[in-house]
Amino acid sequence: MIEVRELTRYYGEKRAIHNVSFEVQKGEILGLLGPNAAGKTTTMKILTCYMPPTSGGAKVAGFDIWDQPMEIKTLTGYLPENPPLYSDLNVWEYLDFVAKIKGVPAPKRKEAISVAIEKAALGDVQKQVVGSLSKGFKQRVGLGQALLNDPQILILDEPTVGLDPRQIIEIRELIKKLGGDHTIILSTHILPEVEMTCGRVVIINEGEVVAEDTPGNLTRRLKGSERTVLEIGGDAKVASEVIKGFSEVQKLDHRKIDKSDHVRFTLETSTDIRHDLAKAIITKGLNLYELRTESYSLEEIFLHLTTKEEVA
Amino acid sequence: MKKTLAVFQKEIKHFFYSPIAYIVIAAFTLIAGIFFYLYLSSFVEAAFMDMIRSQQFRSQPQRFNINLQLIRPYFWNLALISLFVLPLVTMRLYAEEKRSGTVELLYTTPLSVGNIVLGKFFAGIFFYFVMLIPTFIFMGILFIYGDPEWGPVLSGYLGLFLLGSAFISGGLFISSLTENQIIAAIGGFGLSLLLWVIGWAANYSGPGLSAVLNYLSIINHFEDFAQGVIDTKHLFYYFIFCTFGVYLTFKSVESIKWRS
Repeated sequence: MIEVRELTRYYGEKRAIHNVSFEVQKGEILGLLGPNAAGKTTTMKILTCYMPPTSGGAKVAGFDIWDQPMEIKTLTGYLPENPPLYSDLNVWEYLDFVAKIKGVPAPKRKEAISVAIEKAALGDVQKQVVGSLSKGFKQRVGLGQALLNDPQILILDEPTVGLDPRQIIEIRELIKKLGGDHTIILSTHILPEVEMTCGRVVIINEGEVVAEDTPGNLTRRLKGSERTVLEIGGDAKVASEVIKGFSEVQKLDHRKIDKSDHVRFTLETSTDIRHDLAKAIITKGLNLYELRTESYSLEEIFLHLTTKEEVA
Repeated sequence: MKKTLAVFQKEIKHFFYSPIAYIVIAAFTLIAGIFFYLYLSSFVEAAFMDMIRSQQFRSQPQRFNINLQLIRPYFWNLALISLFVLPLVTMRLYAEEKRSGTVELLYTTPLSVGNIVLGKFFAGIFFYFVMLIPTFIFMGILFIYGDPEWGPVLSGYLGLFLLGSAFISGGLFISSLTENQIIAAIGGFGLSLLLWVIGWAANYSGPGLSAVLNYLSIINHFEDFAQGVIDTKHLFYYFIFCTFGVYLTFKSVESIKWRS
């Protein structure tokens, strides 16, 4: 449905994306994951024909972004990073304008707007001026705009930003429901969001695709390199020997905790050995104060993904 | 066409939902009203003095031509006020969309650049027309208490309308270049003023250049309209001017889209 080939885009001297390629099948929900300024928005802006790439190309629903932008624009609904709202119109007027410029014929317009209002849960505010709405509602008006006229392809740039937890769940449910007969690309920097909604993930970092996988595989890959943190009281040397005794331990750091004889060990293991570790430490007569796993923050995940040898 | 209309309607809503429209209309009407009062007073005074003089010398009173002595200079004045006020109308036409990011909506929905630019241009003209409506009352007063000729009044309004459209096309172009409304307003005013005074430079330049400068001067073409003459030459000038302004806007929108 969407075919991206070696997209490169420069803003003046600055490179925003470089050789980005991926494909999205019909009915699939693809997550673009990456830290801020990674090039997610740029990729989306190119796919919605907001701006052309410096080089490379893409096909959306068989139409070329260079030659047939109008066809693509007709088929796609786009929610930009900042919802493009006219603050002095009310919600209905705004959606009415969007329906008109999307070319919804007059007899069907009212119904199309009602459907969009229902999907984005805007019923209570449809007569309110957009400028007076809260951030969450503005985001939903933006979403309603993208959903208007039921486009085949949805491109959503951080759709859940600014929403409260309940709304986030609602929107994720909505996106999941829309997948199947709609093709969706959504960007986010929230890992769980991708896990919950997307069928496949493309990770972009510094303008390049660093990984492309299903969320399941990706999480498994990351779980393998989870850290285990131990706080042990007693002889530090004995403790470190005990830990080193396990062949699964790949990396070990220790740091003394201030004002006590406790030592904190941080280790990376190939499999989960917490139960054996705990037993071994206690049999040696050491005091175990803490044993927990620590998952990586997004930045660290990117570090793992960008440095090849660390990917398990 | 339908989409151009949608953009047009949206712009009109913007104008009238925001206080700027009412402030601009009020200011325009107030200034136009003050000028009208002053012109009318001086006209009445001149006529009155002449009547007294003619009684003293027992001669026929002079026939004062209201079209020539009041309406014509008054149209000039309206043109001048338009020069100052229209940049305030055109400044937000494009710049605001760029600042608020709504251009992303316009550029990612199946709207052509032509739809956007023309919708905005005609909305500007429509607003200018609404702005001129209160001045009809002033003219109405003249028709109630005097007997001016219809023709020059209508042609004067036509001229004013064309002149305003030309200002709007220029202002729209400037507005499309920036996302700052203040820059758009100052730029639009600067451009309009430059085109207004360019005719003066003709007095101090060689015969070849002076003809060009005179032709370019936006106000020279207005003169005939204010006098009651509708010349196709001037119609053509304003038509070309507006087309060129809209064309430049069109090109600037397209090029910025490709560069951004």
